[in-house]
Formats: sequence, C-alpha cells, structure tokens
Amino acid sequence: MTNSWTDIRNTDLVVIMGGNAAEAHPCGFKWVTEAKANRGAKLIVVDPRYTRSASVADYYAPIRQGTDIAFLLGVINYCIQNDKVQWEYTKAFTNAAYLVKEGFAYQDGLFTGYDEGKRDYNKDSWDYEIGPDGYAVVDETLQNPRCVWNLLKQHVATYTPELVERICGTPKDKFLKVAEMIAECSSPTKAMTSMYALGWTQHSKGSQNIRTMAMLQLILGNIGIRGGGMNALRGHSNIQGLTDVGLMSNMLPGYLNLPTEKEADLATYMSTRGFKPLRPNQMSYWQNYRKFFVSFQKSMFGPAATAENDWAYDYLPKLDVAFYDILRAFELMNQGKMNLYICQGFNPFQAFPNRGKLAKGLAKLKLLVIMDPLQTETARFWEDHGVYNKVDPSDIQTEVLQLPTTCFAEDEGSLVNSGRWLQWHWPGGSPPGEARTDVWIMSQIFLRLREMYRKEGGPFPDPILNLHWPYKDENEPTAEELAKELNGYVVSDVADPNDPTKKLLEAGKQVSGFGVLRDDGSTACGCWIYSGCFTEAGNMMARRDNSDPDDTGAYLKWSFAWPANRRIIYNRASCDLDGKPWDPSRKLIEWDGSKWTGYDVPDIAPTAKPRDVGPFIMNPEGVSRLFARKMMRDGPFPVHYEPFESPVANLIAPKIVGNPVARVFPDDWKQFAETASPDFPYAATSYRLTEHFHYWTKNNHVNAVLQPEQFVEISEELAKEKGIALGGWVRVWSKRGEILAKAVVTKRIKPMTIDGKTVHVVGIPIHWGFIGAARKGFPANVLTPFVGDANIETPEFKAFLVNIEASTGPVA
Amino acid sequence: MNMELSRRTFLKTSGAGIAGTTLGAFGFGEAEAAVASFIKPFHLVNTTEARNTCTYCSVACGIIIYSKGDLKKGEKADIIHIEGDADHPTNRGTLCPKGAALRDIVKSEQRLTQPMVRKAGSDKFEPISWEAALDKIARAMKDDRDANFVATNKDGVTVNRWTTTGMLAASATTNETAFATYKVVRSTGMLVFDNQARV
Repeated sequence: MTNSWTDIRNTDLVVIMGGNAAEAHPCGFKWVTEAKANRGAKLIVVDPRYTRSASVADYYAPIRQGTDIAFLLGVINYCIQNDKVQWEYTKAFTNAAYLVKEGFAYQDGLFTGYDEGKRDYNKDSWDYEIGPDGYAVVDETLQNPRCVWNLLKQHVATYTPELVERICGTPKDKFLKVAEMIAECSSPTKAMTSMYALGWTQHSKGSQNIRTMAMLQLILGNIGIRGGGMNALRGHSNIQGLTDVGLMSNMLPGYLNLPTEKEADLATYMSTRGFKPLRPNQMSYWQNYRKFFVSFQKSMFGPAATAENDWAYDYLPKLDVAFYDILRAFELMNQGKMNLYICQGFNPFQAFPNRGKLAKGLAKLKLLVIMDPLQTETARFWEDHGVYNKVDPSDIQTEVLQLPTTCFAEDEGSLVNSGRWLQWHWPGGSPPGEARTDVWIMSQIFLRLREMYRKEGGPFPDPILNLHWPYKDENEPTAEELAKELNGYVVSDVADPNDPTKKLLEAGKQVSGFGVLRDDGSTACGCWIYSGCFTEAGNMMARRDNSDPDDTGAYLKWSFAWPANRRIIYNRASCDLDGKPWDPSRKLIEWDGSKWTGYDVPDIAPTAKPRDVGPFIMNPEGVSRLFARKMMRDGPFPVHYEPFESPVANLIAPKIVGNPVARVFPDDWKQFAETASPDFPYAATSYRLTEHFHYWTKNNHVNAVLQPEQFVEISEELAKEKGIALGGWVRVWSKRGEILAKAVVTKRIKPMTIDGKTVHVVGIPIHWGFIGAARKGFPANVLTPFVGDANIETPEFKAFLVNIEASTGPVA
Repeated sequence: MNMELSRRTFLKTSGAGIAGTTLGAFGFGEAEAAVASFIKPFHLVNTTEARNTCTYCSVACGIIIYSKGDLKKGEKADIIHIEGDADHPTNRGTLCPKGAALRDIVKSEQRLTQPMVRKAGSDKFEPISWEAALDKIARAMKDDRDANFVATNKDGVTVNRWTTTGMLAASATTNETAFATYKVVRSTGMLVFDNQARV
C-alpha cells in the first residue's frame, strides 16, 4: 500500500477492482464503511461476480476476468476526452511532458523491438530523448507530438466505451457511469483510493493491471494524498515482510538485486546503478544504492566482507536466468534437474497451478523437507486418497522429512501489514510436543553444514564458513538480535569531519536510520528500508501509542512503518507546486517557508524547496512515470492482452495469444486450451471465501463447520442449459485435470456478452484438499494453467477455460 | 445490570472468587446479587496476556492471547482464549470469522508434534529424532552441493551458484525468521528460492 488501512477513512471514492475486501479482508474493509458513513464516500465494485463487496457498493459493474486493462485504459481515455485531469499535478509530477526518442512506436498490440522467437523485446527505443546537457528533454506545453502525454492520448484512444463493452462485457452505460464517478476525482479536493489484491496480480499481465490503475490515479492527482493511493491489500500476514527481506531468487533485502552472471564484478554491477538524475536538482535516492549494498554485505559476511574483496561480491551467487521462481522450480523437477526441496510453511502442492505437473515433479525429488505447524497435502503427496489423490506410494521414491514448527502464537517478532507497518508481537503459549521455531531449525542446518565444510572441505566453502553469525546462542538467535541486524549497526567508529575529537558514528551502536549508512564498511544493515525500526532508543516496532492527532489516520507512534516511519509514501505530492496542500481539509504535510512539516514524515528532504525538487524521490526524473521506459518487459504503456486461455480472440490484436512476452515452458503450451475452444467453452476464475484462509483453515474445526464442503458457482442460465441442479454434483474439467464439486446455482454470476457471443463464468473457491477437518475435496489448482505474469511470474489463476457437466458424487 | 466496571476491575473482583458477596458489598440490589451468584468465575481469571497479531491476512488485526501459565516466568503456557485487541488502530477489537476462531487453529488436531520421516516407497510416516532428521538434511544438502555446485560458467565468469536444491520460504513467519532463513540459504549459493508473495 502507498497508504494504510486506517487512511481509507479519508477517501471520497473507493474502487474495488481485482479484489474483494469485504470477504477477503473483512476488518480492513471496515474503514470503507467508516468513509461511507462519516464522509459520504462512494464505493464502486467492478468484478465478474456480484461479491459481498459489491452487495454494499453504490455502484456495481460486471467485467469479464482478464480484461481489466481494457477497462482502465477506457477510463483514462474518458478522462482525457472529457478534460477530467488534475492538470497541475499531471504536468508537474508525472513525465507527461517528457519527449520519447524517435523510433519508439506501437502497432497491432506490439511495441517497437519485438522478437517473436525470443518472446522478448529489444527495448532500446523505449526511452526519453536526452538533451546535450545530459538531461531528459521536456515540453511543458505538452504540444510536441513525441511527448509522453500525446503518445498516451493516442495509445488509449482505441479504448472507446464501445470497445470496452465488446472486450469486457461491461454494458456501455455501466462503464460510463463508473468512468464518470472516477473522473470526478480529478478535482484537487476529491480523493479516490484503489483497493486491489490477487484479482489483479494473478494474471499473465498482472503487473500491468496494477500499473494501469496507477497511471489513472496519477492523472487524477490521487497519489501521495490522504484517502488516495494504490493500495495492495496483500495476502498472508507477513508476505509484505518476506518480500521486503528479499526471500526470492533474484532479490537482496530492501529491493536490491542479486547480480546476474553478466555482472562479473562489483564495478560492473554498480555501473548500471548510478541513478544519475534525469532532471536538475532531483534527489534520485537510489544514488545511495552502494551504501545499502555494502552495508548488507557487512551484515551477511561481517569481517570477511572487505574493500579488497569487493565486499565479498563473489560470495553471492550469480543468476543465469531472470528468476528461479516456483514455476521454474517445478519445471526443473519435472526435467529431473532438482534433488532436494525445502518447504517452510508453504503447501505448494495446493498453492501452485496444474497439480498433475506438481505431483510428477515432487515424485522425482530425492528428498523433500517440510517445516510446518500443520499437516499439508505437500507433505503427503505420496499418500493414496482415492479420487482426491490417486497414487501408488510404492512407485514414489522421494524421501520426506516432516518437521513440526511453532506458529504465530508461540513465537516473537515483527510482521509487516499491507500498510508497511512493522508490528512486534509476543508469544502467548508453549509449542505442542517437540515443535521448534523455524529459526532454530535453520540454525541447526547451518551449523551442521558449516561443521561439515570445516571438516571435509568442498567447493567454495567461503560464504558458509564466513557467514556472520554473531549470536549469544548460535543454536537459536533471538528475535531481538535479528531485528537489530535488520535495522543496522555501526561496525567501526566514524569521526566527525568537522571535529575529529567527536564521533559521527560509534562502533557497536544501532544506526538511527538508513540516512547514515555508508559504503566504506563502517556500517552493517540487513535490510536498509527497515532501518530505524530498532535504534538506540529501542524497539520502535513494539510501540503501542495509538494516539492520532486530528484523526488523520496516521498513528505515527503505533509500531514503525517503512521507510523512516512514513505512513503515506510520495506525500510531498499532497501539496501543490508551492508546497501548500491541494486540499486544506486533507492536509498531510506542507512547506512552512523553510522546511516541510505536518502529520506525516515528509517524503522529501526536510529543507528541499518545493519548486526545486520533485516528489518522486526514488526516480531519477523526480516525477512519476506514465511511460515506464524500459522497466516493464511487456511495454512502457499497458496493452489489453487476453488470458492464455480465452473464450475469445484478442479484439485489438487477433493473432496474439496471451501476453506476448510471458514465459511459457514448451510442455505447457500443449496443456493450454486453444482460444474459443469448443471443448472448454467456459471462463473460469478462482477465489477465496470469507470463512477460509487458503488451505490452513480446513484444519480448524470451527471454519470447517462454517464452510464444510467444496462447491463451484454458476449462473441460473448455465445451470438450465446444462441440466445442473442447485446442490447437485458437477464435474468440472480443464485441459489439465478434473474436479468434482457441488453446484451453487446463483444470481451472483451472470452470463456475459462478449462481442456478440455469450460467455458463461464458472467460479471456483480454492480451499479444499485431502487433509484436514473439512470434507475432502479438490484444490482449484488441479485445473489452473502453468504460466505466470511476464514481469514477476505470478500464476494466471484468475482466468482460464473449463467445461462442466452434471455428475454423480465421488466414489470414496 | 447497570454496572460501570472496567474489564480490569471486573477481573480483579471476580478473581477473588467471591463474586456474589463482593458485588453485594458494592451496594447493588439483592436481585442483581442473586443473578451474579449464578455467574461462573470469569474464565480469563488468572491468565497471562500476550499482544499478538492475527496470523491470516495482512490487515494484521491486533489480538490478545490469554494463557494459563506465564512464559515470561519460564512456565509452560496453555492458550485458552484469543480475542481482538480493542487498543489496535486498525481492527479496534473486531475480528472476522477466521480471526474469531484463532484459538482452534493453534489447538488444531492437525498440528505437528514430532519429526517424522516417510521412507522411499513407503505408505506411512514414522517418527524420527530431531538429531537424526537434521543430520540427514545437512548431509543431503552437503552431498548435493558438493556434486552440483557451479563455480564458473562456460565463459569462465565466477558464478558460485547451486540450482539442484531449492527452498520455499513461508509467508506468516516473522521478519526476523525471514532474515535468519535468508542468511543461511544465500550463504550456500542456492538460487531456487522463493516465497508465497506470488500466490
């Protein structure tokens, strides 16, 4: 989230699209209710299903899953055509005025530089024109046909209300009503918030779904303000934290990148990370990258990271492909290229697409290690459960170790919520039986490995032998010790250059924030964006003062928000060019003539003069980007692409199947249904129910009683057509597998008309499996396709094709 | 009963185990005392409280865990109740149908209580000691890394990577657990490393 849950109270318009907060985030949704009740805010819901969020909306519009980009580009087009733009904001705070290089073009769904064989672009032309002074060339009058604004205007002109209706199935009058309500928020005194979740991310163009709304929010002037923002509701309790700390194949903590093999040494790695400002005076804060990187290496490798060895640069593995994400991991298993796999609190056999492929992959491993508080299907993938998991255990040679871990109620530490608040928690109970913490288990594995490398040697043992492990009890570091490392500490004294008798930084002390980190080895910091969370003043994450002066929703003294305890990022943009709030009733910060002050921690240098320095301090431009330059694999502007499995061809580019740059493994192409397949005519989508959380709560008797049995949802029209009765059994199958479930025949789902063709939607809740207190069932992922988003490989769970028929129940 | 007692006072009062007479001493009418005499001692009496966060979604509702026994004193603590934390700015004491049933996930019959092993081709899990399980994992990792570690690529560039063993990290563990996990995994050169952010 750019903002926070408690900030939603400040909004005038909530748009829920790509999520269903009333059911999936019920207690957060209460802030929508507050905004509606206390300030007359309106709620719009755009969804294929009439969800519980929709049931309390002021306006609901249906949309076919996988067509959000067409809808939102249509709204941007509407705003431009009807002069509903926050012009001052757009001109000053976005790259609307920047000129794009000659050579860049868009045609028939593709940008310049597409290579069909590689399924990738040569992106050389996707950039600004750079002037002789080294800065990007801008035309503040927006007259130049090559400026971003005019290219955008041209790009979105295709997406008329008529085309939106033909692609999305949203009736034109409903689309126009939504567009009109959204466009009102171009007023500097109206705020709109976007609340989205996996309904946007789980598509082969998920990143661009989100980007399109971000672009809309920018031209409406809604980023950085109270009641505005792009608010990812996020999923699990600490998925924000796990991402921040960089537990991904290609990441270092704090959104630094693991080097690739093209970056053979630190100098090469840093050569593309200079972040030289693209306009005069801009902060371009990533210019501090080297300080964050060196401090991270000191945190990892302590005294072994030195200036002489490039801060242990060789200790980091170098990537040969963009990601080793989970989809690739299971592909490698299927190819017989993986031997060991460790699952920590993760049930991939349920959570990832095409379960048949997952089963084959797991069966080729030598050893599978499970660390979990609960039984999982993954741990028992080799066990025969009849129709629910038909296997012969004697055929499966994978050895499985299942290790019992503690759960949230038994451990201590911090979790990061959607609003970037790091909240500390304390244990309340003793673990059951022999269950141990994950930290203890990881430490035991490490200590054993280190001992073996000490005794036996082996290939490049240096990073293991030199891993900095400075804990009082090396068998189990405490949460406090680890939190202090994440915050960062001073390794060696730094003298004050103005007065050598004084120390700027003193060895052994916690750093006060990332502003003091250095690239000379004198500071260590595990995750720079968390710096400030555990300082010499103590554990900031454990703060519990819930005061909120003037009820702004900031709660600055409650826990700690990254970065720098800032509650609304880009908050400089809440003020006009002279530093006065766009909306005085929604003041966040302001320029008092000499510095920035207000309710939040300013997202700008405290004394940066308003007309000198732009609000988007992480970007070398100092402004936000309507044109993304080379940063997205599938284009600097979003384009409507159909899902890989679609009931209709792409109306704007009929030859393109799915996202033209999404990675697809060769065997998986064969398991996609063809476009408009008569064998798989129905558009399926998957989702959660409010009584369940993924595959956990089926282990809870209470939740299992609330929602005991698997079902799928279909319209009355489809039920009639297929002779399916409410409560009757159905078989649902895709090109990858089949499930049996009860049918819920409902008015909540309606057939859609897509370019003259009737398309039926099949809704598939995800929660069932062969383990737990609920009745046995099938995960939705028996059916889903094995393909991910082109930029970050989130699987396409939200739009695929199935068939359905009335059936008899499973034979146990 | 029209009683304006804070929760804290009420706990202390009923904690005395003489709820009826104490209420009488407060000056409430006989009828109210009669009602009070039927009330069982409040079930959170003599519990310890811990502030925690709901384990499910990232709204991150504040919760209070009530236990018999005090971990801070080194005692065993048995969780008997979990409820919303009224001081928390986001949820203000409220919980959803999942959060309201948190105690029962902590106490689920599906909780794992001892290390188990499923041998190749077997149709069951069997108990194994922690020592044996951890030794087995470390040995398997060492052997696999030694056999498959790639120090340089075909162009002779130092790459120091290991791609035949992978790890999926959790989504509900703490940042601190995440960092300990990160350090151990990265130090081995492992690249097949991901978390649940994608799903």
